[in-house]
This record gives sequence, structure tokens and C-alpha cells, in this order.
Amino acid sequence: MSEKPTISKAELAELFRGFIDPAFVIDDAETMKPYECDGMSMYCEMPLLVVLPETVSQVQDVMRTCARHKVPVVARGAGTGLSAGAMPHAEGIVLSLAKFNRILSIDPLARSARLQPGVRNLAISEAADRFGLYYGPDPSSQIACTIGGNVAENSGGVHCLKYGLTVHNLLSVELVTVDGELVTIGSDGLDCCGMDLMALMTGSEGLLGIVTEVQVKLLPKPEIAQVVMAGFDNVQQAGDAVGGIIAHGIIPGGLEMMDGHAIVAADDFAKAGYPRDAKALLLCEVDGTEEEVHEHIEQAEALFRKLGATSVRTSQSEEERALLWKGRKSAFPAVGRISPDYYCMDGTIPRSQLAHVLTEMEKMSEEFGLRVANVFHAGDGNLHPLILFDANVPGEFERTEAFGSKILELCVAVGGCITGEHGVGVEKIRQMAIQFNDDELAQFRDVKAAFDPDGILNPGKGVPTLRFCQEYRSLEHKQHDIHSNADSTHG
Amino acid sequence: MADLSKQIQDQVLSARNAGTKLNIVAGGSKSFMGRAADPDASELNVADHSGIIDYHPVELVLTVRAGTTLKEIEATLAEQGQSLHFEPPRFGDQSTIGGTLACNLSGPARPWAGSVRDQVLGVKLINGKGEHLKFGGQVMKNVAGYDVSRLQAGAMGTLGVMTEISLKVMPQPAASLTLVREMAADQVIEYMNARAAEPKPLSAACWLDGRVYLRLSGAKSAVEATARQWEGEVLEEAEDFWQQLRDQQHGFFNRSEPLWRFSVGATAKQPPLDGAWLIDWAGAQRWYSGDAEKPRLQQWAREAGGQVSLFRGGNRDGEVMHHQPEVLAGLQKRLKSAFDPDGIFNPGRLYSWL
Ligand SMILES: Cc1cc2nc3c(=O)[nH]c(=O)nc-3n(C[C@H](O)[C@H](O)[C@H](O)COP(=O)(O)OP(=O)(O)OC[C@H]3O[C@@H](n4cnc5c(N)ncnc54)[C@H](O)[C@@H]3O)c2cc1C
Repeated sequence: MSEKPTISKAELAELFRGFIDPAFVIDDAETMKPYECDGMSMYCEMPLLVVLPETVSQVQDVMRTCARHKVPVVARGAGTGLSAGAMPHAEGIVLSLAKFNRILSIDPLARSARLQPGVRNLAISEAADRFGLYYGPDPSSQIACTIGGNVAENSGGVHCLKYGLTVHNLLSVELVTVDGELVTIGSDGLDCCGMDLMALMTGSEGLLGIVTEVQVKLLPKPEIAQVVMAGFDNVQQAGDAVGGIIAHGIIPGGLEMMDGHAIVAADDFAKAGYPRDAKALLLCEVDGTEEEVHEHIEQAEALFRKLGATSVRTSQSEEERALLWKGRKSAFPAVGRISPDYYCMDGTIPRSQLAHVLTEMEKMSEEFGLRVANVFHAGDGNLHPLILFDANVPGEFERTEAFGSKILELCVAVGGCITGEHGVGVEKIRQMAIQFNDDELAQFRDVKAAFDPDGILNPGKGVPTLRFCQEYRSLEHKQHDIHSNADSTHG
Repeated sequence: MADLSKQIQDQVLSARNAGTKLNIVAGGSKSFMGRAADPDASELNVADHSGIIDYHPVELVLTVRAGTTLKEIEATLAEQGQSLHFEPPRFGDQSTIGGTLACNLSGPARPWAGSVRDQVLGVKLINGKGEHLKFGGQVMKNVAGYDVSRLQAGAMGTLGVMTEISLKVMPQPAASLTLVREMAADQVIEYMNARAAEPKPLSAACWLDGRVYLRLSGAKSAVEATARQWEGEVLEEAEDFWQQLRDQQHGFFNRSEPLWRFSVGATAKQPPLDGAWLIDWAGAQRWYSGDAEKPRLQQWAREAGGQVSLFRGGNRDGEVMHHQPEVLAGLQKRLKSAFDPDGIFNPGRLYSWL
């Protein structure tokens, strides 16, 4: 943000009430309270105002007003984000897209759907079901999260290895720019002329524009799906089995792993019948035609056994398949039951590094005195370490953050990245300086300026300022020096 | 087969200092595309910046220098039973992966397997300030920072010189089979889309010369079972047919009239335009060879929910890409300045105004 807003809260509210239903211009602390954070509740901030426009032209007017008065705008879908991307700005407004919850049309022959941005992810597949179609990306939060939020975060899910992330399943996006212009990027066709602005918008965390309509691709529902569950005595073997399946030429619909802590927590919660003594569990779903699934399931079972699985079980019915997945899909709340709080990380690593990274994490866990449970999208190397802590113990969240930061540094060091699907937001903004150098970050800032020269859209998120990076790096340096001094004294 | 990134960087810096422009060229197999290269710009040849840097079949990830030929990449992948699923067209042995991404070119499998842009995981790029930058990475999922890697798809080198590209690769399907039957153009759009809406292993759908071709790929049992359920004769020498389509070697692509490419809604009705048509991607990509004027073609593309571009032949000094509305043109100009403030790279190649 280059400049301060040039208008008071009361004046701004007055302006908005001129074109938005006054009931949807919220300025009292109590009603604004639920908007103070997203799914990452450790980061909170109260906004100046919350507005809930009902038409695209109101959104345009909101943007024009805010641009004129240099008021920060934070777009908000369902607020399930896990990087504090939707956390308000103290001097800005929250622009909620909650009223935009209509499915505008479904074209079964073209296999596409037009949606307002506030449509819930799961509602798309529910509506497409009667045409034998569904929407591919399925974040675990799909009951609540919105397609607008999915576009902003480039969300993934269990089925992404085979069916892709949000970026692979979009046709077009309608956007309100920072100065209130309405523009469509993408089209009904698969490719467009010129630079791929669709890709740039996807995952841009509300920093480049406000998404007011989304056209997604729909996929034919597979004839059948079955899941093979395999337990292993150690994570190395489970990791190798993941590689083994893929090397064999099978691309599973979903391929998920849990470590020992997560297995027990999830089984306690979902009573899924997981092998509780296993140190690692794989859930490998194969979907497709009857013939294909039959062929691949047999191969997968044999392969897991050959690669050292101590138990192998294949779902024989839809109920059993749902049960086996229930444990995985409820892993976060399950872990929430064994600890007052948990902190979910989101690094991605090359799969070959899995065993190494898990072993290192075990060591860090001891160092920091904090437990960690692991669930992850093993097929695409996306880790979700859950660090267990108690926010009521002074200093414990700070320790948790420090632990998390070390995990992300490790992910980058082994050739991975700091976030696979949850986004940078506020939460990982420091670690951006680990993954990118100053020139790269400067390039990101130039991209941002091409869309939003005054830095009004979601300021303070996604890309750190130059000063922030320098301070962070010098701090790291000092800590490093302290550490190495300490090491040498112990040495 | 060498790392020439330092030399390329030096060339960019000296162009910047001298205030000159650069035309980026690798294999040169796609020089017919886009607008004509600026005659005042000097050539920046990056073909020798080639070679496979990293390939882990089990990770399904390949990292190569941008000047690596598709031929070399595909031979390396084939040894491990893998391939580039987006089936990029090879306009010659010298076609490179960098050019393929810059032009965003994908083949018959595109609606099912995704495009080259879909498979990109990361790029290294030298921008107009001569900075060598790395975006994305070598892992399947990465949402840190803006997706600058995929932004390059279709930018035709206007944002920088790509030096390294990481891609997702996939196992080759175990079996493949093609069904062919006669069908009129006015029926085929609905037919292909109805097939595509079934949960079957369809991997290509094309219409040409009054016949519709459906390719099935995947597990042998699934491919065979579907072939029994669907109508059509099994095509002999099917691989040759798809290869000729993919590499644009079929006679259709040799006509003397200009060749236009439509990327439109898959279910849009065929327009009443005189000329020859080839319908690919189950209707989402249509090739037109004929003498109709651009405004008329653009009008239909718009009605069909998509865009048109002059792919080969015709006037390459005018705009060859679909008209860009003012807001989008403004965004692209500002992005261009963000990457290449002095306008060094490929001036006028994509649009006259860029
Ligand atoms: C229990 C749980 C499980 C989860 N599992 C997954 C998972 O499996 N995979 C995954 O990828 N994520 C997961 N998430 C994270 C989260 O659900 C996703 O990031 C989701 O896409 C956020 O959607 P939302 O509507 O809640 O967006 P919000 O949290 O409201 O916003 C997220 C970001 O998008 C921006 N934004 C929202 N709407 C718009 C718009 N219309 N235009 C422009 N910007 C906008 C916001 O400014 C913010 O930066 C999980 C979260 C929880 C709590």
C-alpha cells in the first residue's frame, strides 16, 4: 500500500449505502466479528466495514469507490482459506461474495457449468449429478468453500493427480478489475490467443481482481471406483509403493498417505477399520470403466503386497469405499480431537524425498517438543503435516510457527515448495523469501502493479515487500549466527 | 547440448544497453506463426541451449533446457514407457519444447490429456532486464507466487527468453484403438460431444472428409469393451492417421488458401462458410482453410464462444490473433512492460501493439 485511505469509515459506509442494500453494509463490531479471520484463526484483524453486494454492477461500484479513495479491498468467499488470505485489512473493507451463490447454467452436452463465485464447490457436483457429470477438484473443505475462493487459491483435492487442480478445470473467469472494469478472460474454447491470463489469475489470492463469474469444465462420472487400502511397517516402503504404482503405469484417481499418528486419530474418529499398528497407510483409488478398474485393482493389490504391505484391503461396495475415505477426509477434525489446536502445513516435495523429509520432521518434532501428524496427497507429493499445540499455553503458537517454518525450509531445500494448495496469504509470506530471490519477488511485484498500481487489492498478502524480505533475511542471518555459535560451544 | 544461459543473458543485456531488439529463435519450425518478425531486430538463437537436465520417471517430472527438441525428449521418455500426453505438433525434427510452450501448441489428445500449458510445472526465464529468474518448480503442486510459468503459454516469447522448462509427463497408455465411420458435418458435433460425455476412455475425436474418428486409449480391457459398445469400424494404421493430424502433415494442411484456427465452444454449430473444414478436439478446435475475411471469421468465433487466429499463410503483417478488447489489451501491455520494460523481445510478433 502506497497511500492511506482518503475517507473516513462513516463517509465510506454512507457511499456504499447509496448503491448497496443498507442491511448489507456492515459497520458494527459485533456483526463484523465473524469476518475477522478465515480458516487460519490464529491471524485476526477487524476490518473497517464489510459489504455484501448482490449484483456485479454493485461490485464494480465498490471497486470504483475504493480505488478512488485508496481503500484496501479483501475479497471473501466462505472464509475456509488456510493461509489467512481472507483476513481483513484494518483500514479496508471485506468484500464478501456470499450473495453470489447461484449456479447460472449447466450445459450437459458441452460438459460445462457457469457459476457465480459464491457457489460452494460440492454444490457444483451435486447439481451436475443428474447429467452423469461432476466437477473434478475436490478440496476436503468442499462442503463449504466457494468456487471463487478455489480460483483464487488454485485449490486441489484428493483427485488432482488424475484430474488436475482448479487451473486445469476452468474455461473462463469474469473479473472486476481494480478500477471497476468488467472483463472476461478465457472463453468457451480450450485455448485463447496471447498470454495465458487465466493461469495468472488462478491462484492469485485476490490480489489481481475480483472474480464475479466462473465457467468450469465438468467430467463424466466414472462407471465405478474402488479403493485399495494398504498398511506398511514404515514410511519408506509406503513411499516406494507410491512410486511403484505410478511407475507401473497406473494413475490412480486418488493416492493418499497417512502416518502412524494420523492413522490412529482418524480411525478413532471415523471407525474406518484402519490397521492401527501400521506406521503408514496408503489409500489408492482407481476409477474408470468396469474393465479398467478391475484390471488395475488386481495389479495394485499385487504390487502393494510385493512391495511389503502388511495388510491390503479393497472396498467391495460404495459404502465400504466411503468409509475408507471418511477417515482420510476427516483427518483434520480427527486430529483436532487429540489436541486443543493444530497447525496445518502445506509444503510439496519430490516424492522420492518423502522418507527423508518425514524422518527429519520426526527429529524436529522432538527438538521443538511438539507432536506432528502427517496426512498427505502422496501421489503429488503434497504434505500436510499437522503440528499439534495448545494456543492457551503462552509461547506455544510461536514455537509451532517456528517449527512450521523449518518444515517449509526443508521442503524447499529438497527441491519442493512452501505451498501446494493453501496459498501464501499472510501466513507464509515470510517463507516466500526462502523460495524466491529478490529479483523474482520484484518481478511478482511488477506483475501485481500491472493489475493494481496502487496496491488496493488484498494488500500485505501473497508477495512480501522488499523491505520485509531484507528484514527477514537479516534476522535469519542473526539467528543462524547465534545457532552456529551455540553449536561450536557445544561442539 | 550445453548450458548457454550465461551467453544468452549477456546478449540480452547488450541489446538492452544498445537499445536494440531481439527475435528469439530456436528450431525455427514455427516461424510461419504469429506476425512477421521485425526485420530490424537481430536474431537471438537459443537452439543450442539444449539438453535434458533432470528426468525421474517415477516422479513423472522432466526438466529440460528450452532449446531441447521434442524429438530428443520423446525418445528419452519412450525408453521409460512415458510420453508427452499433450501430443505437441512436430513441424520438423528441430521443433523445440520452448517454442511449443511459447506458442501453446497441443495435439489431438488435448481435451482429455490437457495442453502443454497444463503440464508445465515451472520455467526459468531471462527477462528484459537480463535477470535470470525461476518460477514454479519441479513438483506437481505449487501455488507460491503468481503462475508466471503458465503465463508464458501463448505469449510467443514477448515476456522473456525461457531457458528451462519442467513438465509433468505421463505413462503411455497400455492399448489404443480407433473407430471410424461416415458422418455429415452437421451431425458430428453432437455425436462427438455425446461420446465425450460418456465415462469411456476416449482420447481423441476428429472429423475430416465426411468421416468421424474416435480414438480410445487406456487399459486394454476398457478399450476393447468400449469398441464393442460404440459404432464404427476399427481403423487400420490408426497411428499414422493421428500422427499426420498431430504434425499437420495430412493433405488438408497443404491447401493454398490461408489456414485459420478456431478455438470455440465444443458444441457450437458449424458456420456456413465456404472452404474446407477439419474438426478436432470433439468440436473445440476447428481448422478452416478458405478465403473468408477476418472480420467475418471473428464474428463467428465470437458467436461460437471463442476465438480465431490466422495460423498459416495469409497476411502476416496485419493482426493475426483474435481482436483483444481494450481492457485486456491494456493488461497485456502493462504485463509486457513488467517483464520487458524496453520492449526488447519479439516486437510485434504477437500483436502489432506489443
Ligand atoms: C478443513 C479444511 C480442509 C481443507 N482442505 C483443502 C484441500 O483439500 N485442498 C485445498 O486446496 N484447500 C483446502 N482447504 C483450504 C480452503 O478451503 C481453500 O483454499 C478454498 O479454496 C478457500 O475457499 P473460500 O471460499 O473459503 O475462500 P476464502 O477463504 O474466503 O478466500 C480465500 C482467498 O481467496 C480470495 N477470494 C475469495 N473469493 C474471491 C473472489 N470471488 N475473487 C477474488 N478473490 C477471492 C480471498 O481474498 C482469499 O485470498 C481446506 C480448508 C479447511 C478449513
